[in-house]
Amino acid sequence: MTRSKDFDFVGLFLWVFRAVILILIVWGTYATIADNPYETRTWVDFIIFGLAQGSMYALIAIGYTLVYGVLFMINFAHGEFFMAGILTTTVVITTPLSESGFLNEQPILSLLIIAISSMAVSIFISVLTERIAYRPLRKAPRLVPLITAIGASYFWQNYFRGLFGSGIKPIPQIEILDGTIPLDFLGTTMLKSHVLVIVTTIVMLIALNFFIMKTKTGKAIRAVAEDKDVANLMGINVDQTISITFATGAAMAGIAGVLYSLVFRQVHFFMGFIPGIKAFTAAVLGGIGSLPGAAVGGLLLGMFESVGPSLFLRGLGIPAFNQLKDVIAFTMLVMVLIFRPQGIVGEVLSEKKA
Amino acid sequence: MNIKKTYRDAWNTGWTAGIVALSISALGLAELFAKRNIVSGVITMGQVMVFIVPIVMAYNFTKNLSMEQRKTGPLFGAVIGATTAIPLVLLIIASTLFNIRDIFVNVSPSLIELLTFGQENAYLGGLLLLVSMALLSYLSAYTHQLPEKIKRSLFTGLITILLVGMFSEILTERIRSIFGAIFGSSVGSAIVRFLFKSKAIQSIPAIVVFAIATYVGYRKIPKTEEEKNKSKRAFIVDGKVQWKTVIPLAVLLLILPLLLGTYLSEVTNNVGIYILMGLGLNIVVGFAGLLDLGYVAFFAIGAYTMAVLTSTGPLGLFGMSFWLALPICVIVAALAGVMLGIPVLRMRGDYLAIVTLGFGEIISRLAISDMLKPYVGGAQGILQIPKPSIGSLVFTKPEVLYYVVLAGVLLALFVSWRLRDSRLGRQWMAMREDEDVAEAMGINLMKTKILAFSIGAAFSGLAGAIFASKLTSIFPHSFNVLISINVLSLIIVGGIGSLPGVIVGAAVLIGLPELLREFAEYRLLMYGLLLIVMMLAKPEGFVPSEVHKRELHATDEDFVAEAGD
Amino acid sequence: MSKRVLSILGLILVASIALVACGGSSFECEDAIGCVSYAEGEPVRIASALVITGPNTQLGLDSQYGVEVAMSFQDTLFGHEIELQAEDDGCNAEGGQAAGQKITSDPSIVAIVGTSCSGAGVAMSSVVSEAGYSMVSPSNTSPVLTDPDIAWHPGYYRSAHNDKVQGAAIADFAFNELGLSTAAAIHDGDPYTEGLANAFRVSFEALGGSITTFTAVVVGDTDMRPVLTEVAAGAPEFIYFPVFTAECAFLAKQAGEVAGLEGTVLAAADGCISADAAAAIGEAGAGMYFSGPDISFTGSLYEDFKAEYTAISGEDLLSVFHAHAFDAARMIFACVEEVGVEDGGDLHIGRQDLRDCLSATSNFTGITGSLTCNDYGDCADPKITVSELVDGEYATVWP
Repeated sequence: MTRSKDFDFVGLFLWVFRAVILILIVWGTYATIADNPYETRTWVDFIIFGLAQGSMYALIAIGYTLVYGVLFMINFAHGEFFMAGILTTTVVITTPLSESGFLNEQPILSLLIIAISSMAVSIFISVLTERIAYRPLRKAPRLVPLITAIGASYFWQNYFRGLFGSGIKPIPQIEILDGTIPLDFLGTTMLKSHVLVIVTTIVMLIALNFFIMKTKTGKAIRAVAEDKDVANLMGINVDQTISITFATGAAMAGIAGVLYSLVFRQVHFFMGFIPGIKAFTAAVLGGIGSLPGAAVGGLLLGMFESVGPSLFLRGLGIPAFNQLKDVIAFTMLVMVLIFRPQGIVGEVLSEKKA
Repeated sequence: MNIKKTYRDAWNTGWTAGIVALSISALGLAELFAKRNIVSGVITMGQVMVFIVPIVMAYNFTKNLSMEQRKTGPLFGAVIGATTAIPLVLLIIASTLFNIRDIFVNVSPSLIELLTFGQENAYLGGLLLLVSMALLSYLSAYTHQLPEKIKRSLFTGLITILLVGMFSEILTERIRSIFGAIFGSSVGSAIVRFLFKSKAIQSIPAIVVFAIATYVGYRKIPKTEEEKNKSKRAFIVDGKVQWKTVIPLAVLLLILPLLLGTYLSEVTNNVGIYILMGLGLNIVVGFAGLLDLGYVAFFAIGAYTMAVLTSTGPLGLFGMSFWLALPICVIVAALAGVMLGIPVLRMRGDYLAIVTLGFGEIISRLAISDMLKPYVGGAQGILQIPKPSIGSLVFTKPEVLYYVVLAGVLLALFVSWRLRDSRLGRQWMAMREDEDVAEAMGINLMKTKILAFSIGAAFSGLAGAIFASKLTSIFPHSFNVLISINVLSLIIVGGIGSLPGVIVGAAVLIGLPELLREFAEYRLLMYGLLLIVMMLAKPEGFVPSEVHKRELHATDEDFVAEAGD
Repeated sequence: MSKRVLSILGLILVASIALVACGGSSFECEDAIGCVSYAEGEPVRIASALVITGPNTQLGLDSQYGVEVAMSFQDTLFGHEIELQAEDDGCNAEGGQAAGQKITSDPSIVAIVGTSCSGAGVAMSSVVSEAGYSMVSPSNTSPVLTDPDIAWHPGYYRSAHNDKVQGAAIADFAFNELGLSTAAAIHDGDPYTEGLANAFRVSFEALGGSITTFTAVVVGDTDMRPVLTEVAAGAPEFIYFPVFTAECAFLAKQAGEVAGLEGTVLAAADGCISADAAAAIGEAGAGMYFSGPDISFTGSLYEDFKAEYTAISGEDLLSVFHAHAFDAARMIFACVEEVGVEDGGDLHIGRQDLRDCLSATSNFTGITGSLTCNDYGDCADPKITVSELVDGEYATVWP
């Protein structure tokens, strides 16, 4: 068999694959729009929901991307850092605050306390995990730390379950976040909690960008990501910098946890696993190792999930189409990666580095 | 190193131990295990779990001391023991002052009772705990002063008792049925009753077992490195089959279910199914270096194909026999492997990982969906799948089903072994090391990759087909991402690329948790811990393959650069 | 191994056999499928096979605590203590099969309380039946388990109601009591929720109502608005979503935020009845209904039960099947007391006798009502009620 023949066959297959998916998308979209089941404001709502969900994915995805950028390692336990912060905070701080009435008397102060506590716990757990389960394995083959990360994920999940019980912990409604604000120019309204999520995410992303690009520590992180040995020679404490990288990612996850708790108003020990996997997907979608990529990937994934099933599948007459939103999300991922193997905003490093 | 610094180190070690012991208590482990006696009425497993922490820490700490500090070693041990007790004592006091169970649900009165030895007065109980921990750690550190031989024999005895206590459930069952089969069932039960009382060994047999084990430990002369290497047996040396090794092993494999009984055969079958999957994934990840996180997809495809082809229920299409359907399942899974292989051909590393993960998710979402419910049953799955049968013999019992699994595993082992040393196998390994170089050497990457995916998928399809038939009913929930993760974990824990490694990995990661079923609530906690500890202790896996062993011991610098890629 | 060690081992063996010879008993087991025997001082052993790991943990732990309370109330059987071997059914078929094989390889276990999940039940009941054991499930509700043409096997019993009963009851409530004629149903791909949603659909259509949308969410989802919007497009008067706590609370809370569902009546099922769920739903529960087995249990027995439950678990009631598990365990204890034969200090229980006794259970007074078993192991007193959430408590409103 000659090489070019193989290539043709593969090329043909990929071409057919793309064509089929695109036809399905176009056909589904056309049929949905022709059927016109929803008003325009419903579609706008979907986009807003998608943005809010996507913001949380983006914040979590930053942890994956930072660690990947520095260590080339998939930190599978990152979803648990997200869970640990907010679960601990809810049990130890939010619930007592709410019971004493302080939460609604001083909502801003309470939210600050909650955010700091959630970040602190997430950071603590992440730095501890890095110190114990990853650092000793820095020279091991790359699959080995992946396994300890999986181990850490199982461990923390069940550790927090043992500590706080398996029940679902409700988050009380904070009065100032109750209700909606009108968005007249779009003809719809937006939940106050969603506004908070989107605004906080933007602020955090700007702050993070400043931290990575402008501060000395940020420069150290970038230097370590480029080349650990050279960074070491330049007088950068590599171990400490890696710890800071983990801490930064975990702080974002901690904030994401707070936002999650305010929007969905319940937390439990298993809540980290699925958002973790989704955020990892988002990081790859955007281009793993790239900070803007994590943000773009997160937002896009949130939108695919929220708009995709209704737009593409409804018209095809598929029953219970929202069940298939992960199918859409992952198919879009495959499509994106076939067209752009390095992710949406990733650098071209999949050839050699990835 | 001065004494002062050593004391400070001991103090720090003690705090670490204290946090661990505190965790064990606050997570509810100690209390759960307290229900389980190691020696009936004397020691419970809960006590062992709490006390073993400072004991082991003190032992390890003093082991590494310099010669002149050895003499004071036991004192450092006592410091560690006492420090370990501090967080626990604080917990005891806190539990009397506040209602901390509102936050930590497992800090129950019976836990406090366990920690305070049933003392009413919390302060007295705490003091008791502190003193006893210090004393035990002192003794533990003191063992370094004993002659090597006595130390070793003591440990053999203690570990034997612990193992007997831990696995007493299985032992009880095995002793009962083996002696029952030889001497009649009432004798079997009576022996068990003499040795064990509600799953714990009785005091007198415990003393006897301890004495024997200690004696054996005393008499045993440790093997030198050379002897160890000598005693390693190979099936084939210089192209000649070593019948001396092969025949006993074959006989053992054939009569294994008789020795194991129903439950252990069931466990063995489950392990076997994972070995099959592990061997398949080993080809993809271990040989060809393609990180696949969606391996469960092929398992599901194999299982669903078997179910649709053979089920006698409304969803079954053809009512085929197991044997006829089996090759079809394998072929369908292999084709699915090709389908996955092509779109991901140009992706590398972690991009590949996430796309395969997505593929696994897509398959399991489709299996559960209302869209495909008319064909694969949706949430309600497919029931009434017949078990394999030959003539009138139906493979109902795990002891019989074992032979089907065994045949599958042997076949997969043989295929993997032949492939590894074949031209294709070398192409895979070349591709794993460096795709660009491999391509430059004239290796057809497309073909090689697709072959890896499809052969790996075929093994998994075989595993799925056997799984469906063994269960007689399948549900989409059985095919989730955790299966992919477990299979990946087992091949890495065993030693990536190594065939015996797959078997050892499956036995440890699938078999062991199954045997410790009764601690179910904490099974996943232990599983996670096990993965971490095992990788820290043996990053190359239990039975590393030759190639990887070389890699790990090559100049580290080169390898880091490569690993970082 | 040296000779001396061997001789010691031999000595132990001889000693134990000698001991056995003295301890020979006069009892002859005449049961068709064998007996389980306990010597004096040995505890009577029962097993549980419930889901105690993974996301459905609460369902299984809740039942396990129920069994433990029953044990603590019973204290002893013929002077023997009772011991529980708690296994995990993993909420899936392979977990059920493995747990079944493990339990049935231990001849000292008399009966089983389990499984939690119907999928596990299907796999386990065939293993258990073949080995001659009996199992009483506190929370399997799938109709196939007691259908002799599909998955029923002798030795299978359940104290939980059949899905068909609950589906019919909630359809009756929506159509006749509330007078609503259009409805939507949402499940989450779990066999239980899908089965119940389907039973509701069938009954509701049989009554003459129409189902506008039959759809599903995914377990672990947090944003339910797209699904609710899909449902809203059909403008149903009633939405039934028999899903579990987390997804249930999301649906309840987010339904109010979706345009077009302002006036729609929401209803969930027993997967959403627990202290956790009540707290998680909070104010969104106003005007919402919950179908489920009648758990407005009254009487001092239930008060005592709750006190003991909290003492054992340290948590509030986690789910709704604790009382069913309690009753399942008590059914077993009652039958052991009925068919157990004392022989000196020994206790012997015939396995077929036990099955016969369980099958003959009638008007057994439990917390969940008066239990009577039919030919295929359906023993529940299927009292389905609909309740409302008032100040964090479930208050029965129908019938």
